[in-house]
Amino acid sequence: MSVSGVTGEERDDYTKVESRVIRQRSLRLLGSLLAPLKLRVALTMLVVVVSTAAQVAGPALIAIGIDRGLPALLDDQDWMPVALIVVAYLITGLIGAILIAQYTVLSARVSQAVLFDLRRRVYLHAQRLSLEFHESYTSGRIIARQTSDLDSIRELLDSGVNGLVRGVLYMVFIAGALVILDPVSGLVLAGSLPPLLLLTRWFQTRSQRAFRRTRVASAKVIVNFVETMTGIRAVKAFRKEPRNARAFGAQVEEYRDANARVIQLFGIFDPGLVLIGNVAVAVALLVGGFRVIDGGLEVGALLAVLLYVRRFFDPMEEMAMFYNSYQSAAAALEKISGVLDERPSVPDPVDPVDLWEAEGRLDFEKVRFAYRADRVILPEFTLNIPAGQTIALVGSTGAGKSTLAKLVARFYDPSDGEILLDGVDLRRLHPKDLRRAIVMVTQEAYLFSGTVAENIALGKPGATFDEIIQAAKAVGAHGFIEELPNGYDTDVNKRGGRVSAGQRQLLSFARAFLANPAVLILDEATASLDIPSERLVQEGLTTLLADRTAIIIAHRLSTVAIADRVLVMEHGQIVEDGAPAELIGGTGRFARLHAAWRDSLV
Amino acid sequence: MPSSSSTTTSPRPRGTVSTLLRLVPFVRPALPRILLGGIAALFAGVVALVIPVVLQGLVDGPLAAGDPGLIWPAALAVLGLGVLEAIFIALRRWFVLTPGTHVEATMRNTLYAQLQDLPVAFHDRWQSGQLLSRAMSDLSHIRRWLSFGLVLLVVNIVTIVIGFAVLVYWSWILGLLFLVLSIPLWVTGYLFEKKYSIVARRSQDQQGDLATAVEESVHGIRVLKAFGRGKYSLEKFTRQAEELRGTELEKARAIAGIWFWLLLVPDVAFAVSLLGGVWLASVGELSVGELFAFFATATVLRFPIESIGFLLSMTFDTRTAVDRLFEVLDEKNTITDPEAPATVTEPHGRLVFNDVHFRYQDAPAGARDLLDGIQLELEPGETMALVGLTGSGKTTLTALATRLYDVTGGRILLDGVDIRDLSRDELRRHIAMGFEDATLFSASVRDNVLLGRPEFDEGARREEGDAVMAEALEIAQADFVHELPEGVDTLIGEEGLSLSGGQRQRLALARAVAAAPAVLVLDDPLSALDVDTEARVEAGLRRVLATTTALIVAHRPSTVQLADRVALLQDGRVTAVGTHSELIAHNEHYRYVISSLDDDVPPGREREVAEGIVPTTTAPISTETGTITIPGGGAR
Repeated sequence: MSVSGVTGEERDDYTKVESRVIRQRSLRLLGSLLAPLKLRVALTMLVVVVSTAAQVAGPALIAIGIDRGLPALLDDQDWMPVALIVVAYLITGLIGAILIAQYTVLSARVSQAVLFDLRRRVYLHAQRLSLEFHESYTSGRIIARQTSDLDSIRELLDSGVNGLVRGVLYMVFIAGALVILDPVSGLVLAGSLPPLLLLTRWFQTRSQRAFRRTRVASAKVIVNFVETMTGIRAVKAFRKEPRNARAFGAQVEEYRDANARVIQLFGIFDPGLVLIGNVAVAVALLVGGFRVIDGGLEVGALLAVLLYVRRFFDPMEEMAMFYNSYQSAAAALEKISGVLDERPSVPDPVDPVDLWEAEGRLDFEKVRFAYRADRVILPEFTLNIPAGQTIALVGSTGAGKSTLAKLVARFYDPSDGEILLDGVDLRRLHPKDLRRAIVMVTQEAYLFSGTVAENIALGKPGATFDEIIQAAKAVGAHGFIEELPNGYDTDVNKRGGRVSAGQRQLLSFARAFLANPAVLILDEATASLDIPSERLVQEGLTTLLADRTAIIIAHRLSTVAIADRVLVMEHGQIVEDGAPAELIGGTGRFARLHAAWRDSLV
Repeated sequence: MPSSSSTTTSPRPRGTVSTLLRLVPFVRPALPRILLGGIAALFAGVVALVIPVVLQGLVDGPLAAGDPGLIWPAALAVLGLGVLEAIFIALRRWFVLTPGTHVEATMRNTLYAQLQDLPVAFHDRWQSGQLLSRAMSDLSHIRRWLSFGLVLLVVNIVTIVIGFAVLVYWSWILGLLFLVLSIPLWVTGYLFEKKYSIVARRSQDQQGDLATAVEESVHGIRVLKAFGRGKYSLEKFTRQAEELRGTELEKARAIAGIWFWLLLVPDVAFAVSLLGGVWLASVGELSVGELFAFFATATVLRFPIESIGFLLSMTFDTRTAVDRLFEVLDEKNTITDPEAPATVTEPHGRLVFNDVHFRYQDAPAGARDLLDGIQLELEPGETMALVGLTGSGKTTLTALATRLYDVTGGRILLDGVDIRDLSRDELRRHIAMGFEDATLFSASVRDNVLLGRPEFDEGARREEGDAVMAEALEIAQADFVHELPEGVDTLIGEEGLSLSGGQRQRLALARAVAAAPAVLVLDDPLSALDVDTEARVEAGLRRVLATTTALIVAHRPSTVQLADRVALLQDGRVTAVGTHSELIAHNEHYRYVISSLDDDVPPGREREVAEGIVPTTTAPISTETGTITIPGGGAR
């Protein structure tokens, strides 16, 4: 089984090799995220090193105070040593506090920069990935990657790294100070390291799997949640609520269980750390106590030793928390890196060809399309559409009309052969030029949150308000927009809930009108329009399509009236091809379809 | 309050504590264990504080006297206490953490149930990203705080208080010094709460907005791709992410502010205590062992004090999360079941709209109601087509029948019973809907088609269900499902095979038919079908419609022909009801809305023979006979 990209991401039984591949992939990602921040990271490190050193100096100063300052005061009434030590303590304390406050801000800068970068990368990559990917990966999962998975990484960066860097340095410095102060006690501390490592290793291996499970489980919860909320009308109408609640309850329980397992591991790890620390203190006391009596160690030094040993383990709880967020984030990073690793099946050209002014000639040369080798949708065909021609694509549902249209819009690439715009293979065309030249309006007219004007302006970012109104007028949308509460500034809200399906289609028409492409593809774009609106749109289309290439898919054969040429498709093949009048006059399939359609009219 | 701007500026009626107390009902089942966990944590803290006492005894006793005999017992005592501390920490975790996950799961299920229960109007207002961020990150925030933050906060504060007492016990002067020096901490802590709470709220709202942006970019991917606007939408997303980054940095600065004091104050206190301690020891007020113990105790206190900053910010984050959670849980459901629901035992399917008014909640004050006195009666078994211009309120009217929205005036009666007197479950069993945008769920074909018949889920009635499904599929001409890889068991919807628009629509139609309701409400059910298929579906539908009351939104003459009568919706009222031929003959507006023969003829002009490619086959239309016209809102 493969673990490249997102394949197999729902498994939690990776082999060692697979695990390593995935881990390396996420480490590479992490490295590439941190690379541009090198200087800032270095500065942050410097600050944390100095500040931690300042903090660690404390117990040593206290020891000196007791062992040197106190005798000096007792014997000679000399305040100098004590005063010096106190001043030194104050200064180190102040430096430590200032620097650590500084570090908090600095590290937030780094982590926010990383997150910002990662957010943008995933977002952009999700946009780049082909529809094929989105159709199989589901929206809920890609949303989960960009929300809850990024959340875990944020947690790691926010608190976790803080804890780790400070914690590790703290431990290193304390160990150093201890060795300088009393090497024998340093040995005691060293003795505690092997069990510490063993415990950590145990926790690491056990928790990695558990954390992966939580990521998978949380994605499932999100998928269900998103689907229910976006389909709430159908949920209510078909009384799906109780069934949903049961399914959701089961997923929530699975997620809870996954979380609880992680927490249980933690419940062993954390007290284990404390235990090791306390045993070390007791041993240090034992060893140090005898030496104080022997005179090998001063009382103040013993105090410092014990404070150090005790403090050595203090950051461990924080470190454990770091480990917690690290595991969770690592699991999240694995999933995200998987998505980022997906190569778009419709990749941008490496060496793009510019096409500033497209004329709109389309050529399909020996094109064949299959989703999978055994599911051929479009058998090999060749088709030439001269610039400026309006094509009506006709045929029963599932005949492959939409697929053909999607190939032109480059939602998919052909399995064999090539599609050329003005003689340039679509795969080599600069994406910018491709999208400017070819625009597709689909039946599903999605509106983004924002105003009506903003939604139309999507066709041409930076369009003036006048242009927007002109586009709306051209497709006959101006009237209803004016009647909305705030006209063009009305918020269309979630999924266009307040705008009817027909009005949504008008808006997406206006979008296309504004985009002003050389090739316009309309895939069932007038299905929800009422007849007067459709008439208006068609009037607009006659002007719009006068000098551009168009491919129109419509079940309402009224569209045929404005077409120069009709293609009839069946089972993925073009079975009839000709001027409308010519075909209607014949005895073919289109003649029959058309007659049936005329009969249905009044 | 769906948007961030309106929520951040809203006044704060509740303090942090009273907000957090709202969690009590959810936490109650876990409360005993959380308490026990707190006690265990407290013991752990006390044990840690006792260790210095042993050390003091050791320093002043055996070490001062040079007696090695007591070192072993002292070390063993420290060891024993250390083991005890570890055990108490383990107990704390064991007590608290698992119940915490149960609390989180309960809250998540409660939130989900509430969201499913809330009317469509609520979902129109709320972006689902904001809901998602509540269901996921806010709830996990609360869980972590409950099982970690809350316990540690309480325990650490108690430990600090006890610790102070111990410090005072070692030396009241030094203890007092410590106490006085800690005053800046309390002041900054208070100021911190004010500042931090606001920023935290803004950050969480902005995260919700970002989640919404992500969702839209995914759901609208086809549009973004069709126009090549991925980069453009990225810019907008970037701006939002940038704002969030700004807020997060503001948060970090606030945290840095409190960290500064939390670190500085103990250090200053240590320094001053060192000065005072050495002096006290020099004048004989304090033994070396006591000085030793004092610092050992103060060291034990350091981490609890430092952790307060982190725990406080966690607490305020949680408070914000609780606020956000209850914004949804507090939302009053306006469409509920009646307390004593009526029931229609034998539905005949007589559906009456009686002076029905409806306006959306956010409609401007001056505008007329979208539905302005609808008067319409559907006799049992009758099929009524609903015709009107785009935006005339047809879809809204269909949504009223199943109470996806409630009328704002007038009544809708099913077999003489106001639909608001029925339970929603019963109402929606009697009335099934087919939506224009065919929402399919990630499930098998079978489950999607039989969505309205949960009684067939159980094994015993599966075969019966199969028969119903087969018939529905046949009527909707959805036989293509048998060619799918796994037939009716093929997973479709978002997580499954992608279907074409026409295929989806036919499945949605089959779903409505399979529900076998008394009343069928269909919103332009054939819009995505080609002529051939449409004709076949209509033939099938006629069989169903012969016995079922139906309200069908129609844009096309072909769909209208399914109906016995047609209602014309105009300016919020039903201005005419009649058969298709009556209306086409006498109603100019109807002709304008439905007739496509005169493709290029603007309304009002004389009708001409359609020019160009096709001869017209329809008979000329006479305009002499009278029209059956119901004056709008005739009941008033």
